[in-house]
Amino acid sequence: MTTADTAYLRMENVSKTFGRIQALSNVSLDVRLGEIHALMGENGAGKSTLMKILSGAYLPDPGSAIFIDRNRVSITGPQSAQTLGISIIYQELSLAPNLTVAENIYLGREIARNRFVSRSAMEAGAADILRRLNASFGPRDKVARLSIAERQLVEIARALNFKCRILVMDEPTTTLSERETERLFQLMRQLRSEGMAIVYISHRMSEVYELADRVSVLRDGAYVGTLDRPEIAPETVVRMMVGRDLGSFYKKAHSVGGGPGTVAVRVRDVGDGRRIHGCSFDVHHGEVLGIAGLVGAGRTELARLVYGADHRAGGTIELEGRALDIRTPLDAQKAGIAYLTEDRKQLGLFLDMSVSENLNLGVIEKDSKFGFLDRIMARRRSRKATAALNIKAASSDAAVGGLSGGNQQKVLLARLLETGPRFLILDEPTRGVDIGAKSEIYKLIDEVAKSGMAVAVISSELAEIVGICDRVIVMREGRVAGSLKGSEITQENIMAIATAA
Amino acid sequence: MTPLDTSTQQIEIRKRSVGATIQAAGMLPVLILIVLLFQVLSSYVETGELSWAAGRFLSIGNLSIVAQQASINTVLAAGMTFVILTGGIDLSVGSILAASAMSALLVSLMPGLEHLGLPAALLIGLALGAVNGALIAFAKLPPFIVTLGSMTAVRGFARFLGSDNTVFNSDLSFAFIGNGTLFGVPWLMVIALATVVVSWIVLRRTVLGVRIYAVGGNPDAARLSGIKVWWVLLFVYGVSGLLAGLGGAMSAARLYAANGLQLGQSYELDAIAAVILGGTSFVGGVGSIWGTLVGAMIIAALSNGLILTGVSDIWQFIIKGFVIIGAVALDRYRVAGART
Repeated sequence: MTTADTAYLRMENVSKTFGRIQALSNVSLDVRLGEIHALMGENGAGKSTLMKILSGAYLPDPGSAIFIDRNRVSITGPQSAQTLGISIIYQELSLAPNLTVAENIYLGREIARNRFVSRSAMEAGAADILRRLNASFGPRDKVARLSIAERQLVEIARALNFKCRILVMDEPTTTLSERETERLFQLMRQLRSEGMAIVYISHRMSEVYELADRVSVLRDGAYVGTLDRPEIAPETVVRMMVGRDLGSFYKKAHSVGGGPGTVAVRVRDVGDGRRIHGCSFDVHHGEVLGIAGLVGAGRTELARLVYGADHRAGGTIELEGRALDIRTPLDAQKAGIAYLTEDRKQLGLFLDMSVSENLNLGVIEKDSKFGFLDRIMARRRSRKATAALNIKAASSDAAVGGLSGGNQQKVLLARLLETGPRFLILDEPTRGVDIGAKSEIYKLIDEVAKSGMAVAVISSELAEIVGICDRVIVMREGRVAGSLKGSEITQENIMAIATAA
Repeated sequence: MTPLDTSTQQIEIRKRSVGATIQAAGMLPVLILIVLLFQVLSSYVETGELSWAAGRFLSIGNLSIVAQQASINTVLAAGMTFVILTGGIDLSVGSILAASAMSALLVSLMPGLEHLGLPAALLIGLALGAVNGALIAFAKLPPFIVTLGSMTAVRGFARFLGSDNTVFNSDLSFAFIGNGTLFGVPWLMVIALATVVVSWIVLRRTVLGVRIYAVGGNPDAARLSGIKVWWVLLFVYGVSGLLAGLGGAMSAARLYAANGLQLGQSYELDAIAAVILGGTSFVGGVGSIWGTLVGAMIIAALSNGLILTGVSDIWQFIIKGFVIIGAVALDRYRVAGART
């Protein structure tokens, strides 16, 4: 073995301290050309810090060494990372949506002739790259009109245009549908065969299992180890990540003994006249109903209609036999319906406000006396909820924006639970959440179902749906395409309905 | 969750709390610096040498003038704080101030209604603010456009009220608020301080206050969590109008007169400057009323001190402009340094 076996990028003894806190200590990582190298670890394990050092966003502590092609390099900023052929594609894409694809690909290094931008040269160059990537859009399309998956492709095209040899992808599939994910993987395999070194960060075990040539695991800012292809097994990786066995990861204890209770929620013929048509489903007391389907099948849209967040064109919603007239989220809330949004930062949390304020927001009016806040009650509620949900924050006065994804999600969940809902809709409850928080959220879902609440869970992670749901409805193109229960709930059956296979 | 996770979070949180402390202390050091500078400079103008004792800025008499000069702007800026906290802007406060001062004087001249001048000012202010609020909350028009329009229209309305003349009333029923004192403290100062305290109570101790911050911090999340966003918007623009009306009554009481054309010209800019100097974020959701008070004091101290040191009118404008930009730039720099 020659080049394929020697490391192209080698990070040695990389440490990073923030103040007195050691975020990374003596981490080593080597990545070869022509491999997909998965980097795993819980949130806060140091993956992002390590990658930010690689991209020049942070400077490592003295004593750290980075070699590229056996030459020691110092990465002093994003610019120098780029010249060294390092490109990073973050979860939040960094494109200018008002510009065209070509302009974005050449952003920062526009082709100019006599100080005038040469659009035609940029478009020709972009067209070449896009053809290589099999893109379905052209260089002149506005980025604003592209889907998330297509925007990722633009980012990759930009990286290729920079002659990048090392491509880091930070959870690229979180917002993609299964089909888009499949296409992205194909492309990653193609880039690998063209000799690129790809570092791939993901929380999804199945993807890593499918894609990665090697897996490196970080825990608590330290390097745990690297597995070669034959050694990669989900149990091994999980054990390396959390330092313990997780036991039964998914929880479905509520359904053991006694079937579901009486019908709690009856939704009939709900639609918005545009994308959602005639959707009907029931949720029983003490039952977890899964709402599965590809991204874009209309799951979130359906939930938002039931919650009154968007205008409903028709259909009826009954809760415990009572017909509800829901026009706004406030109506839904008063009726006892709570909705956990899939986008907690944009649509759920108030990042500048404290944990306690976020958590009490739904009940401050009920607790208040003549419009004045009951601060003692608020403190009591936040103390109880942070303990019950194991929310890790320096204090309940700390701003929510500073918490990790999992803790943010738990704060949002706590807000909903404080209002004492009778029907809980959870939209992607574990998106962007690390494994530890994930299992806590599963436990919580199990507990509220056991208490008799009706729960609906929307998820793109099939394993999650299979693991926690008693019954599943599968959506396709804005309609309920089928339903599964008990042992019929398998990833294969769900996908068959979702894709009309 | 791992130990490191919590510890990195804790740095995050500590960073944020340091940022918050700096923001709360905010512009106070700048205010103190300006005060000290003018104390020394005013002695230089007087005696030709830099001496602390000979300075005139920190005399009781002068400080009382500064506080009174700051009072009307403080009242307007308090209303502006509510609006800017929701991520909006109210450009119409100067015009509303003029219109309500005119209304107050006209009503006070009506036989039998002499005592209704003050309520008239408040009512007109509230009504005009509510119109702004309704256009923004229900017609969903951008606050900048709505209040830019009403700034112009209400200015015309103020001139129309007095047929474009100055209205006098030497026997104004509420003249005491402009010139009288309460236990030796000028009423203008009492009103300004009371406004700040009530605003603080509303913003920090009531359900509505939390919702104002929530709407400014994340309007989409606010709607999804069942907050009546329209009511919050209506309220903040109503409050801004009401306080502009109060400012109108204060101006009228001080002058025993009002002129629809001149009164309150560009007051909105001083009010916005006070809010921004006070550290309130222009995008909404972050800020405090105490900061606004400090901001208003800075502006008043600056105007007074420049006059005291004999700086010409032209240079006063230029210096004030640079101080506003410089102070906010300094604040951004420090807060940014503390946060990331």
